[in-house]
Amino acid sequence: MTTSVLESLGKSTLRQVEYVGSLAMQLRAAVGALRETMPLAGKRDRWRAAVRQMLVIGVDAFPMVGIMAVCAGFILAMQGASELRRFGALNLVVNLVSIGFTRELGPLLAAIAVSGRSGSAFSAEIGSMVVTEEIDALRTMAIDPVEFLLAPKYLGALIALPCLTILSNACGILAGGLFMRFSTHMTFGVYLRDVAQSIVLRDVFAGLLKSLAFATIIVQVGCMEGFRVRGGPDAVGRSATAAVVKSTFLVILADVGFTAIFYLLGGS
Amino acid sequence: MTEAKAEPVISVRDLVVSYNGRRVLNGINLDIMRGETMVLLGGSGSGKSTLLRHILGLEQPEAGRVLVNGVDLATSFPKIRSKVQRSIGVAFQSGALFNSMSLEDNVALPLREHTRLAESTISLMTWMKLSVVGLADYGGRSPQELSGGMKKRAAVARALSLDPEILVFDEPSAGLDPIVAAELDEVILGLKRAFSMTVVVVTHEMASAFRIADRMAMLYQGTLIAMGSKEELRSSRHPRIRQFLDGVPDQIVDPATVDRYFDRYLKGGLR
Repeated sequence: MTTSVLESLGKSTLRQVEYVGSLAMQLRAAVGALRETMPLAGKRDRWRAAVRQMLVIGVDAFPMVGIMAVCAGFILAMQGASELRRFGALNLVVNLVSIGFTRELGPLLAAIAVSGRSGSAFSAEIGSMVVTEEIDALRTMAIDPVEFLLAPKYLGALIALPCLTILSNACGILAGGLFMRFSTHMTFGVYLRDVAQSIVLRDVFAGLLKSLAFATIIVQVGCMEGFRVRGGPDAVGRSATAAVVKSTFLVILADVGFTAIFYLLGGS
Repeated sequence: MTEAKAEPVISVRDLVVSYNGRRVLNGINLDIMRGETMVLLGGSGSGKSTLLRHILGLEQPEAGRVLVNGVDLATSFPKIRSKVQRSIGVAFQSGALFNSMSLEDNVALPLREHTRLAESTISLMTWMKLSVVGLADYGGRSPQELSGGMKKRAAVARALSLDPEILVFDEPSAGLDPIVAAELDEVILGLKRAFSMTVVVVTHEMASAFRIADRMAMLYQGTLIAMGSKEELRSSRHPRIRQFLDGVPDQIVDPATVDRYFDRYLKGGLR
């Protein structure tokens, strides 16, 4: 009994270690392949593919991220106001929303939206290509699938996710402003002045840095799940689910790590 | 008939492959000579597709080596492997065409990836490759718009894209009606005549195999049980080869067991 528990624990640990190792190797290959995706210096059509990915990952997600951020901004402002009102500190809602979004909610909401939309799409696209032997065809043509398929997605996400984070920050803060307008009749000009006073540029950069890490996690996990598909169409479906679950989990885990580092460094 | 020279372009040496502890290839030794058409025969699960994947460098062998032009694809440096892989054109069983691209773009892809040719030259070359397989008028179509036979021919056009030295076909006739299958065989023979390529074909279609082969090798349960000319294989007395050539089914179900089952079923004994 004890042996079997230990055995399954050991097997599971080995699987996780192998997964993390494979992710690290894929990331290394992807970073190396980014050069080939750059405009002018890279191979032809790669930059165009990266721009297509930016549109799919970024522009197509604008409405979703915007609405999510506005809703989260309202929720944060209302929840904060209900407590802060008791202490006569309703004006601190401005700080709560602006700092909360630039440091935390902005990058996190954008990452969760991209993970759900694009992480699953990456895995389904690559998984289908595995099933239909297209990945094998690429390899027999001496075309590296990481360079051909993953690198444009990675570059696209590295540019799109920080843009979505800025949009998310702006929409969240805008929602806070609307709440303050209706609840305290604070003018938008005063609200924006207070926001400008409460935001520290370092927090904005920390949020953008997080978004780069989140983009890396979403693309690497999504593509890895796709490349690992074995079997038929049902395996593609499973890989898409696994891509969303694993990337969302790892994004939150990374967020905890970043927040802890910034906290220990005396920032947040 | 054969322009084969005594020089192996593909050498398989003591190749052993296992999946999940099950032996799939059991010490295969095979030489494919320059300029010949070698047909690898075998039933389902015989290991022929696995052997092909190792020849193409898509898998790492458990033991043994596969040399293509003297290069072991499993252990060679990426640049050398890439050079050798570019000398092999592969037409996959399903075609493996990229559905997100037009037929033209599928054929042009290897040229765009591996050459610095002008787009106009690539277009011309693509048109020529599509013409060879009779699909010159279909370049703008997407793969989903093509019939099974056309997809297979399009896959051949893409395999020809970089003017390979070796052309590999995985089950070229599978899923095609006899007329389309014969047409595809004619395409293979025509290419062989025109470009003096080394051709490797994996199939279990006997009519097609005898039409195109110079030599044949037969796999059974991961072991090479025969290798020789068409005539040698045709006159073989090996029971497994005879069974394969004559299309005799395996006795996988005992008739008495089936009779007992139906008896019980008719008497209402099955619930």
